[in-house]
Amino acid sequence: MVEKVSRGDSVHELSIASALLDQLEDELAKRPGARFTKVGLKIGDLAGVDTDSLSFGFGALVKDSHWEPLDLEIETIKRRQRCPACLQEFEAEHWSTECKICGNPATVTIAGEELQIAYIEVNE
Amino acid sequence: MSNQIAVEKKVLNENQRIAAELREKFRDNKILVLNVISSPGSGKTTLLEKTLQSFGKDKRVVVLTGDIQTENDAKRLARWGYPVKQIVTGGTCHLDAKMIEKHLADWPLDGFDILLIENVGNLVCPSSYDLGEHAKVVILSVTEGEDKPLKYPSIFFKSELMVLSKIDLLPYVPFDAELAKANARSVHPGIEIVDVSSSTGSGMSEWMNWIEKKLQEVKAKAMVTIQ
Repeated sequence: MVEKVSRGDSVHELSIASALLDQLEDELAKRPGARFTKVGLKIGDLAGVDTDSLSFGFGALVKDSHWEPLDLEIETIKRRQRCPACLQEFEAEHWSTECKICGNPATVTIAGEELQIAYIEVNE
Repeated sequence: MSNQIAVEKKVLNENQRIAAELREKFRDNKILVLNVISSPGSGKTTLLEKTLQSFGKDKRVVVLTGDIQTENDAKRLARWGYPVKQIVTGGTCHLDAKMIEKHLADWPLDGFDILLIENVGNLVCPSSYDLGEHAKVVILSVTEGEDKPLKYPSIFFKSELMVLSKIDLLPYVPFDAELAKANARSVHPGIEIVDVSSSTGSGMSEWMNWIEKKLQEVKAKAMVTIQ
């Protein structure tokens, strides 16, 4: 049986959810009287964030707070590499970063590290 | 009326802000800062003990060590005569920039060469938090699995150096060191790797040389800034 132990991990996602709400607080202060209905995040494969744990932590913090109801939408971003030799860009599958065209092992990561707010939906 | 506004801000913006301030402070003090990360039980504290023991008398080193509950690590590390401070996170599974700022507030860094930060034993959470360090160092011991770099890609991607530890145990465990290194390199093509045994001292000179190389980079950068 595969059991997912996430006690320690979910603390980390809870910290991230909490940092997210702090940022939203700053955004709300710039828009008096506005009501946020949804926030969109971009999270890369290399960010080290479990999106299920983050959604769970976010839901727990929002519940019974002044934010409720507030939806969270997470777009996951795949790791992408660029080959400096042949300039090819490609998605890294199974952590294989070798250039798929010319075999160059030293490619550069151009996407996948994101842990950012993309948008907020506002009722004004 | 409902509308969508683009934000494009980092979720951990506040941590990044403090980390940037710390980085500036470290630069002003010409101090090398290493953030050492691994699973629990990979030999972080033992490696740091041996590291402190190996520094020449001329090196001025300070240590911050993170733990969820105890002060045991600070007690172990303090025996080598360098200033050590324990950060007890009280349940939090990682160190963040604010904790570092707080614990350094009454600690003048002026005149020190190296700050070693021993993060909480965890390969997941510490990878998201920039502490203003010059480099992250990840430790993988041969009693773990070769596929750890693939299971926890974020930390291996963000670390400049992987220390393969407990290599004296290689004859007794079914661990394929070359496969582990290949996995680390597939996640992070530029990662540097040293093989170390804290017990026998094997590889310690490579690890100490790597620290010295990083220290010289920091000093050289400070010279350029002054000129």
